[in-house]
Amino acid sequence: MAHAYIPGLKVVPNTTVKKARQLPIKGEILRKVGENVAAVDEVAKTHLPGNIIPTNIANKLNIEPADINDFMKKEEGDPIKEGEVIAETNGIFGLFKSSVQAPIDGTLESFSHITGQAILRESPIPVAVNAYVNGVVDEIIADEGVVVKTQAAFIQGVFGIGGEQRGKIKIVTSMQDDPIEEKMIDESCKDKIIVGGAFLTHSAFKKALKMKVKGIVVGGFNYNDIKKIIGYDIGVAITGQEDVNTTLILTEGFGEIHMAKQTFELLKKHEGDVASINGATQIRAGVIRPEVIIPVKADLKKDSPKQEIIGMDIGTEVRIIRAPYFGMIGSVSGLPHKLQKLESGSLARVAKIKIWETKKEVLLPRANLEMIENK
Amino acid sequence: MIKKEIRSILATDCGSTTTKAILIEKRDDVYRLVTRGEAPTTVEAPFEDVTRGVLNSVKEVEELRERQLMDGDKIISPQKDDKGVDIYISTSSAGGGLQMMVAGLVMAMSAESAERAALGAGAIVMDIIAANDGRLAHEKISRIRHLRPDMILLSGGTDRGNIKTVVELSELIKAANPQPRLGMNYKLPVIYAGNKKASGEVEKNLDKISDLSVVSNLRPTLESENLGPARDKIHDLFMEHVMAQAPGYKKLMAMTDADIMPTPGAVGYIMQVIARNENITVVGVDIGGATTDIFSVFKDLESKKPVFNRTVSANLGMSYSISNVLAEATLPNIQRWVPFEINEVELRNRIGNKMIRPTTIPQSLEELKLEQAIAREALRLSFKQHKSFAVGLKGVQRERTISDAFEQTASGVTLVDMMDLDLMVGSGGVLSHAPRRNQAAKMMIDAFLPEGVTQIAVDSIFMMPHLGVLASVNEHAATEVFNKDCLIRLGTCIAPVGKSKYGKDYIKVELDLPDGTKFDRTMKYGEFLLIEAPYTAIPATITPASRKIDVGSGPGEVVNTKVYGGSVGIIIDARGRRPFIIPEDPKERVEKLQEWSKAIKEFDEN
Repeated sequence: MAHAYIPGLKVVPNTTVKKARQLPIKGEILRKVGENVAAVDEVAKTHLPGNIIPTNIANKLNIEPADINDFMKKEEGDPIKEGEVIAETNGIFGLFKSSVQAPIDGTLESFSHITGQAILRESPIPVAVNAYVNGVVDEIIADEGVVVKTQAAFIQGVFGIGGEQRGKIKIVTSMQDDPIEEKMIDESCKDKIIVGGAFLTHSAFKKALKMKVKGIVVGGFNYNDIKKIIGYDIGVAITGQEDVNTTLILTEGFGEIHMAKQTFELLKKHEGDVASINGATQIRAGVIRPEVIIPVKADLKKDSPKQEIIGMDIGTEVRIIRAPYFGMIGSVSGLPHKLQKLESGSLARVAKIKIWETKKEVLLPRANLEMIENK
Repeated sequence: MIKKEIRSILATDCGSTTTKAILIEKRDDVYRLVTRGEAPTTVEAPFEDVTRGVLNSVKEVEELRERQLMDGDKIISPQKDDKGVDIYISTSSAGGGLQMMVAGLVMAMSAESAERAALGAGAIVMDIIAANDGRLAHEKISRIRHLRPDMILLSGGTDRGNIKTVVELSELIKAANPQPRLGMNYKLPVIYAGNKKASGEVEKNLDKISDLSVVSNLRPTLESENLGPARDKIHDLFMEHVMAQAPGYKKLMAMTDADIMPTPGAVGYIMQVIARNENITVVGVDIGGATTDIFSVFKDLESKKPVFNRTVSANLGMSYSISNVLAEATLPNIQRWVPFEINEVELRNRIGNKMIRPTTIPQSLEELKLEQAIAREALRLSFKQHKSFAVGLKGVQRERTISDAFEQTASGVTLVDMMDLDLMVGSGGVLSHAPRRNQAAKMMIDAFLPEGVTQIAVDSIFMMPHLGVLASVNEHAATEVFNKDCLIRLGTCIAPVGKSKYGKDYIKVELDLPDGTKFDRTMKYGEFLLIEAPYTAIPATITPASRKIDVGSGPGEVVNTKVYGGSVGIIIDARGRRPFIIPEDPKERVEKLQEWSKAIKEFDEN
C-alpha cells in the first residue's frame, strides 16, 4: 500500500526549531557559532546599494557622447555632493560655461561614451537582521546570515498577514470554538499576542490595532475583511510585507472555523510566555506558512530526534480542509486502494476518517485531508 | 538520440499542484498509454524535493499496472524483462515555472518580439522594459532590482540600427544589479539578442554582474524576426540555472533521459502538431493551478501562413491564484455562472480557502459547480488577454512591410477570428478531469464563445505536456499516443452570431445522422441543445432565420458543411453571440443556467 503524502501543518509542543536569518544581499556576519542570542540581537548586517539616478551628461552639455571624457570633473567611483559640479564645458574664453551639478549625495558610479549617460548612486542604505528568536547560533551561512536554533513549541498557521512580531501570549476566549469579540480586547492586550478560538470580526481586528496588540492567532477570518485591513484583495497567497502593526495568523482558514483543540490547548499552556510570530505566507514554491514559536527551556546543544517524514497511515490525525466537513478533526481508519466516486462525480483516492466531533466514519478524498504533525 | 528500440516510456509532468505520471508501452507494434498515476507535487516543505512527488506518482503507476518500475528510489532503466522502462522524461512548471523579464527598444517592436520569444520558450513574462514604456529611468531600475526574475532577455536595435539606446538599457540593468530569484550563489542569466554592433558595449556593462550569453539578434531587420536562437538559449539556461536551483531538480535532472522541458513549451509544441497535421486553425488552453496558457494557430491575414501564438496569464489559475481570478473577474461575473444562490461572504471564503489549500478537490456537487464557474472566468479572461496579444503577428520567417511593422500593435487587428476557428482543445485539471466530458465542453463554450461551426476536444487525462517532451525524443511514439489516447473528440458546437429576442426563430438545423435518422429543427433564440452522435462526418445544413444572423458564410447565408459528433455530441448553441447575454435577475439567471445545464446533460442530476 502506498502512503498518501499529504502536506501537514505542525503543532508541536517541544521541538528544535531552526530559523535561517538571511540578508537580502551579501554582508557581514556579527555572531559566531555557539553564541547565545536574544531575539532582538542583530546577527548580520549589510548596506543595500543606494538608489540610482541616471543623468544624461551629453544631452545636458550639448556635446557628443564620445567626447564626455573631456568634460567630466569627477572620475568613476568618486564621491559626490549635492550641488557639486560633476561635468562642465570650457565655454568661450572661460565664459558661457555649461555645467551639470550632482542632484544627490553619493557616488559617480559610471559614465558612458556611447550613451553620454552618467549613473549616480545615492549613499548605501544600512540593513540588518535580528535573531528573531531567543536561541543559539547553530550555523553560519557564509556572507549571508546565520541559522538560529531554539527549542520551542512550534505552531504553523495556514495563512497570515503582517511580518515578524514578539510578545507575551494572552488567551482571550475560554474555548477553541469561541469567536474573539471586540469587547474582549482592552488595554491589557497591548503588546501581547492574543489567542482566540473560531473567528475574528473586522471590528475586533480594528480594536486590536487601536490597542497596539502585536499579533492575533485565531481559527478563522472572513476573506472579505482582508481587503478592509490592507486596502486590496489578496489574489495570490504571498504575504508578510503588509503595512499592518498587528500580525494576524489564521490556524484553520477563511470563515468561522474553530481552532483545532490541540493548537488551542498548546497556546493556552504557554499563556504569559514570550512568542515570536510571523504572518508571512507563501503558497507557491518553497512554501512558507505563518508561525508561532515559543522558546522553552532546554539544552540547546542537543537537537530533538529528527522525525522521519512519513505519509498518512491508519491512526494518523487529520484535519479536514474542504467542505462538507471543513475544519473537523479526525483519524484515519482506512485507506481503500481503489478509486472511489465522489458526490461531485469525480473519481478519487479516498481515506476513511473517523470524525472525533460526530464519532461518524466518512469516506473523504485524501486530497482534502491535512496531517496534523504533532511530534 | 536513443537508437535502440523503445519498448516503454515513463513520463512525468511536475505541475505546481500535482505531479502526473504516464506509462506508455509498445504493444503489437503500436505505442499506447497503459496507465497513469498522480501525486501532490512536493516542492513545498516538508519535502522540498520534487522527486518525492515524482516517485509517488510513479508508485501509483506501478500499483495500477502491477509491474515493477522502481528499485527503491530509482527508476529501473532500461527495461529488463518486465521490470522498469526504457526511457524516463519529464516536464515541469512547479516552483512557479520560468519567470523572465524582457527588455527591448520599442514596446511595439523589439520588446514585443522579445516577449514573443520568451513566451514561446514557455516563460512567464514578469515585466517588459522598453525605452518608450513611459517609465523614468530610475523607475525602471527600481523595477528591475525588485523583480528577481529567473532570467532577463535583452533585445533591441536592428543589426544596422540604434546602438545608443540598447547600450542605455544595458546600463540600467547594470545599475540595478538584479539578483536571481532562487539562490544567491550564482549570477543572473542574461541573454542579449539585439543589435550585434552593440554587443561589445553590452558585454562590457553586463559581463561582470551577470552570466551573459550573446545570441543572434531576434529582430535583425525591421521586417523580420529570428526568435529561434534566443528561444534555444532560454531552454538551455532554464536547465542549467533555474532548474538546478529548484528543490530536488538536480536529482530529477539526473534521473531523466532527455532535458526537462518547461510544461508550456511542451504543450505549445503539441498544439502546433495538431494544426499542422490537420491543416486547421486551433485554439488550445491549458488551465493550471497557478497560470492559464492559451495557444493559437491562425492564418496570417496576408500570407495565409499559420502563425503560432502563446500567452500565459500568470495569475489566473484554479488554486494558487484562484483568488486573483475573483479579484480580476469581479464577483458578479463569477456569480453569473453559479446555478444556485450563494451568500457573497461564503463564496469569497470558499475561494480563499482553495487558494490557501490548493491541492483540495471538490467533493460535493455544489463545490464542483462553484469551481467550474470560476474556471469559466479564468478561461474568459485569459482568452481576452490572448486575443489582444495575437495581433498582426508575424512568424519567424515572415517578411513584413515597414509600415505594418510600425503599426503591429497599434493597428490591433487580432488574428483570433472565432468564426474561422476549426478546433478548440482544452487541457488542465479542471477540463481534463471534469467528471463528465459534457462539463468540459460547456465550460469551453461558455468561456470562449465559439462562433459558427467549431469542433471541441480535450486532452483525455492531461497528457499533452508528456507527449510534447516525448516528441523531442521519439516523435513517432508521441504522435501515435496523441492520436489514439490523448485527444478526446467531444463534438461540434454550432453557434450563430446575431441579435434576436427570446423565443423568436433563430436557425434551422438539418443533420443526416449516422444511424439513418434525420434531425430537422428550428431553434429559438436562447435555446441550447445536445444531439448525441459519434465522431464521424455528419452532413449538415444550417439556415439562419434572418439576414441578421451569421453561421459562417455571411449574414443570412445557408451553411452546408460536415459536422462531427464525439463523446459529447453536436451542440447547438442558439444563445446568441455579440452579445452573449445571461439574465441579470438572479432568479431568472438560475433558471436559465439550469435549463442550459439540463439541455447538455452537464451533471448526473440532469
